[in-house]
Amino acid sequence: MTHVAHSPSVTLPRTNRLSIFGWFAFLFLIACQGIAIAISPPDRDMGDLQKIMYVHVPAAWMTMLAPLTVLVFALRYLWKRREEDDLLAAAAAEVAVAFAGLTLVLGMLWARPTWGVWWTWDARLTSTLVLFLILAGYLALRALVDDREQRAQWSAAVGVLGAINVPIVYMSVRWWRTIHQIQSSPSTVDHAYVIGLRLNAFAFLFVMIYLIRARYEASLIERAAEHESEAIALGRGRGTAHE
Amino acid sequence: MSLRQDWRRARAIAWKDLTAERRSKAGFNSVVALAVTILVMFGFALGPDGQAIRDAAPGAIWLAVLFAGVLAFNRSYQVELDGGALEQLILYPGTRRAIFAGKLLANFAFVALMLAIVIAVGIVLFQVTIPSAWPALVGIVACGAIGLVTLGTFYAAMASRSRAREVLLPLLLFPMLVPVLLAAIQATKALLGGNVMGDAGAWARLLVAFDVVFLVATFLAFEFVIEV
Amino acid sequence: MVLPTASNLAIDATDIARRFGASWVLRGVTLRLSPGEVVGVLGVNGSGKSTLLRVLATLIKPHAGSARVCGHDLAGAPEEVRSQIGYLAHAPGLYDDLTARENLTFAAAMLDRDSRDVDAVLDRIGLLPVAAQPVRGFSSGMQRRLAIGRLMLIRPRVLLLDEPYSNLDSAGLDLMNSLIAEWVNAGAAALVVLHELGPAAEILDRTVTIQDGRVATKPTMHADPKADVSLAASGR
Repeated sequence: MTHVAHSPSVTLPRTNRLSIFGWFAFLFLIACQGIAIAISPPDRDMGDLQKIMYVHVPAAWMTMLAPLTVLVFALRYLWKRREEDDLLAAAAAEVAVAFAGLTLVLGMLWARPTWGVWWTWDARLTSTLVLFLILAGYLALRALVDDREQRAQWSAAVGVLGAINVPIVYMSVRWWRTIHQIQSSPSTVDHAYVIGLRLNAFAFLFVMIYLIRARYEASLIERAAEHESEAIALGRGRGTAHE
Repeated sequence: MSLRQDWRRARAIAWKDLTAERRSKAGFNSVVALAVTILVMFGFALGPDGQAIRDAAPGAIWLAVLFAGVLAFNRSYQVELDGGALEQLILYPGTRRAIFAGKLLANFAFVALMLAIVIAVGIVLFQVTIPSAWPALVGIVACGAIGLVTLGTFYAAMASRSRAREVLLPLLLFPMLVPVLLAAIQATKALLGGNVMGDAGAWARLLVAFDVVFLVATFLAFEFVIEV
Repeated sequence: MVLPTASNLAIDATDIARRFGASWVLRGVTLRLSPGEVVGVLGVNGSGKSTLLRVLATLIKPHAGSARVCGHDLAGAPEEVRSQIGYLAHAPGLYDDLTARENLTFAAAMLDRDSRDVDAVLDRIGLLPVAAQPVRGFSSGMQRRLAIGRLMLIRPRVLLLDEPYSNLDSAGLDLMNSLIAEWVNAGAAALVVLHELGPAAEILDRTVTIQDGRVATKPTMHADPKADVSLAASGR
């Protein structure tokens, strides 16, 4: 069986659909934020600072969801060896890093007025920090490996292991913290806040899907261009056109 | 390929790595010297107050072994890269797991010996009293070493062959080691403190569970990272 | 004469292409070897000869094209391909801190061969007197011999040799040629990358030249102008 790698192995996307979805996602997000801020009363302890959780908490949820996406696509790549799965995993990892960073910054912004310090080593934020570092390692690996197949294969293995470590890290950090003091992150249990959180969770989900898809399509275009130039370089010197 | 054949290959690789290491004159001694130096640096950073450094002892010991161990893990692949031996190694029949198992065994022996020396120095420098439950301590140290060596050997297979290997290995390895390190350090701390809260056992069980998970995962994933 | 069919070819490569980064080293190499054939691969430095060997040894994957070695597909059955081949790389692939005997004992263990064969091999390659010395102190010719010894332990059906004569003295050259002849008589095929014909002339059946990433039909550059003459003279 002949594999002819210089015909584009990635299919180019239709960009219009994605931009429409992107507009919808961001507008929906703004609407949900507005609704949540409007309908929820100030917290008795935190006051209006509580509103930060409508960004912080969904961002944290997405930070958990995105590595799952990396895991799925990395496993698929190892199984099927399709370039698209590698590019999807990479896109998901980049978006995950962004959401992890957002979660951390917002967590710190909440902690400062509440506890007087920027960082409290609380279980959830610390786990997010470790996840951030795991993802950073994944991206560093991709940056430092030039050979395309090696990069895809290594990233997939690292991505799978990193993803399965996420719950393990969370478990171990939580154990570590329960033995010492217990400090909490923004409370999520109060009934009045649930609607706002749920709405924004969906909004963030749509935004995350859009971002991953957008990043993925950008790398598809890059890859297709690379394939083209390789095909041209290969075709030079041939008597008959091949594909 | 049968398990017995693979086991013979793994033993051959472990023997080869350890023999080459013993004869290279540079390797083990300098890595252990580095670990001890790091330990001393921790002493300066955290001491000289007795209680402070006694509390910090488990963390300092494990971190010293971790930082020096990074060098050992990269070295275990360096021996294959120097003369182009890795290609021949891949071409031999048998599963990749045999290669991983062999390197794991060799690295474990290396790290275990290093730990023994560093702990001895740590007990002295950090004024640690040896608890009556020291056999349990040995068990915990062994389990921590297994976790460290498993992940270190796995990631070094990639880092040693990429650019900026000295940076990439810690960057990949350290976040992944958080659970193992936490469990090992906390269990050690608990035992050294006489296990007043009884959580040494819980941490030890967690540590063993982590070891099992990472061993299985890395064994399954190794064939994807060893190919050239 | 038995015409080579797909099923009995030792090497059946079609349109093998491979690039490094953006530049293509091999652009479409088609090659067929029957069992018992010894084929030399010529070409200037950087023409992709070593790359071709490494692709056939399953060390790197081709970016286009396909090949079968002893009937096994490179992409689909690399383990089976590896069990048939013996690859002599340009780098010796030895462990410097181990002795000659230890290097071969290790290879025997990895190949699941009896370690008692090692001394016989050491004797044949002329390294028995220095068997207990670390390879670090060996000359490159001695290292080449040791690598050849490892090849003897492998007992391959397809030999992929990358400049096997480099660094060998005349006794070493004779050793290499007699070993190739033995293997070929037993039915093996050999693909030998050379930068000059010299010592290989007497064992080669034919040569191919890699030029511009493909097999040249009319090579514009002869690595050794005496090539055609010596081949013609030996009646092949």
